[in-house]
Amino acid sequence: MTEQPFLSVTGLTKHFKPAAFSRGPVVRAIEDVSFEVPRGKVVGLVGESGSGKTTIGRSVLRLVEPTAGTVLVDGVDMTKLSARELRQQRSRMQYIFQDPFASLSPRMTIGQILMEGLEIQGVEPRETRVARAKAALAAVELPADAFDRYAHEFSGGQRQRIGIARALALEPELIVADEPVSALDVSIQAQIINLLRDLQLRLGLTMLFISHDLAVVEYICDTVIVLYLGRIMEIAPAETLYANPRHPYTRALLSAIPEPIPGRTSQRQVLVGDIPSPANPPSGCVFRTRCPLAIEACAGAVPGLETVGTEHRSACIRNAEIAAGAIS
Amino acid sequence: MSAATRVATPRKTSKGPWLRAWERFRSNGAALAGLAILVPILIAVSSYPLWWPYAPNDIDLRALNQAPGAVHWFGTDGVGRDILARLLQGGRISLTVAIVSVAISIVIGFLVGAIASFGGKVVDNGVMRLVDLAMTLPPVIFLLVLASIAGTGVMPTIVVISLLSWPVLSRMVRARLMELRERDFVVAARGMGASMPHLLFRHGLPNCIDILVVYATLQIANAILLEAGLSFLGLGIAPPEASWGNMLNAARSTIVLEQYVWQWMFPGGALVLTVLAINFLGDGLRDAFDPRSDLN
Repeated sequence: MTEQPFLSVTGLTKHFKPAAFSRGPVVRAIEDVSFEVPRGKVVGLVGESGSGKTTIGRSVLRLVEPTAGTVLVDGVDMTKLSARELRQQRSRMQYIFQDPFASLSPRMTIGQILMEGLEIQGVEPRETRVARAKAALAAVELPADAFDRYAHEFSGGQRQRIGIARALALEPELIVADEPVSALDVSIQAQIINLLRDLQLRLGLTMLFISHDLAVVEYICDTVIVLYLGRIMEIAPAETLYANPRHPYTRALLSAIPEPIPGRTSQRQVLVGDIPSPANPPSGCVFRTRCPLAIEACAGAVPGLETVGTEHRSACIRNAEIAAGAIS
Repeated sequence: MSAATRVATPRKTSKGPWLRAWERFRSNGAALAGLAILVPILIAVSSYPLWWPYAPNDIDLRALNQAPGAVHWFGTDGVGRDILARLLQGGRISLTVAIVSVAISIVIGFLVGAIASFGGKVVDNGVMRLVDLAMTLPPVIFLLVLASIAGTGVMPTIVVISLLSWPVLSRMVRARLMELRERDFVVAARGMGASMPHLLFRHGLPNCIDILVVYATLQIANAILLEAGLSFLGLGIAPPEASWGNMLNAARSTIVLEQYVWQWMFPGGALVLTVLAINFLGDGLRDAFDPRSDLN
């Protein structure tokens, strides 16, 4: 790839320190995460609860202040911007929230919600703001009369559309979608995913798509990043990852996807136990406490991401053996 | 907007948060009763020079300590001043002192709470320890010291009462704003580049309105009582200016207490009635603004 990636994250780390005057462990939410998102592509972040997906998403937009690492958006290092510069850059990147009931102010009309960002970014005059807000409303296929109503009058799916419209009103280039469908009914999920997919293609958006639903990720993402305890386990193009997963964690995750065809059964690999506490992660490979292939050496060094195929990297010290099919 | 667009999109009736709060308030009998008592009092107090012939400091030497009757409806006091006129003027002073001092303490309380919640951990700790300090001072002694420094009169009384009543409010505002700071729609506003004033006044203030309104009504009742207490002790509003508190002061004399009952009963009654009405109103407002009542 010759073109410079639109979003480039290097060595991103976030440690949450205990409150002042109180003892407590440092929570290592994300540890040395690096990845790239080419312009106009969708990269998925998957992992179970507590794997640091949301923290990565928020750190990229600097809604959470990262402890270390750099985030380059179109060549601009987000982590080094002053508060004023950051506010100006904000219109280029927007966030879509998981919970459509918490993400809209109950005291504002939909019009006010959609125009808030335009007002903050100094879009004048008011007629322009109204026009852009109404265009955003139309883009998410909501009726124009929603403009003067309040969020509580809408259903979850409609509210999520409003959340998407709010992000689009600023005409961003990068969107971080944080589990945009996991709070919705299954029947609504498909609508919202299709809407996001259409908008992404039509507007050429670059997107970081956070989810724990592997089926959704496969549908919408070009590249998938598998996270565990704040570390990247495997990165691969979506097709490769689903056809030929390398990391034992990815394999366990994929085996948990329900089989839609009756009669066909897949061999389920059930992970034992819970994800360890990020306040006290295991030494070496963080996945070793639940890994079916763990050996003594796993407790030693932290495995780095090794290239195992075309644009396919996996962090496991037994990569070679797995590739040879010696173990599974 | 042109008439054409208005015809194209007929405005649907859409209940805003204020309208819904009013609907809940309307179904509360006690709160409506409070409002029904308070509104006539406010009207009478603010308009009395227009319809009552006597001024509060006019002396009628032919009518000392006169019992209520056709001329002086609520009687007269020891120097022949009309009780009703003094009662209404006293209400003016007492309510003005209460409302202004509560308004001042709301501004102080909100700003202190806002600084504590948005200023970071160090600022928060510093400010809140100061608030703790202000709260631990015994109110009566603090009041007496402040009043003896500030002196008597309307302005000093306002200052004393407003300095005493902001700490509790600032704690409530701080707690609300800290919770609000993590809410998704506030994070979204930050993600759109919102500045601190925008966050504070577009999201913080509207979502604190319920706290502020409820606190204001209940605190006005409290401030009326504080003013009465101070004036009763001779530290608040000084005679000849009338206030409900210094009118009650007359009851310290045994003769007045036993023989000229109307001289203290009317200000006492007005005080009780007003405070009670405001408390009912405050309760009603609290229920009306409680977000949980949306669930019913």
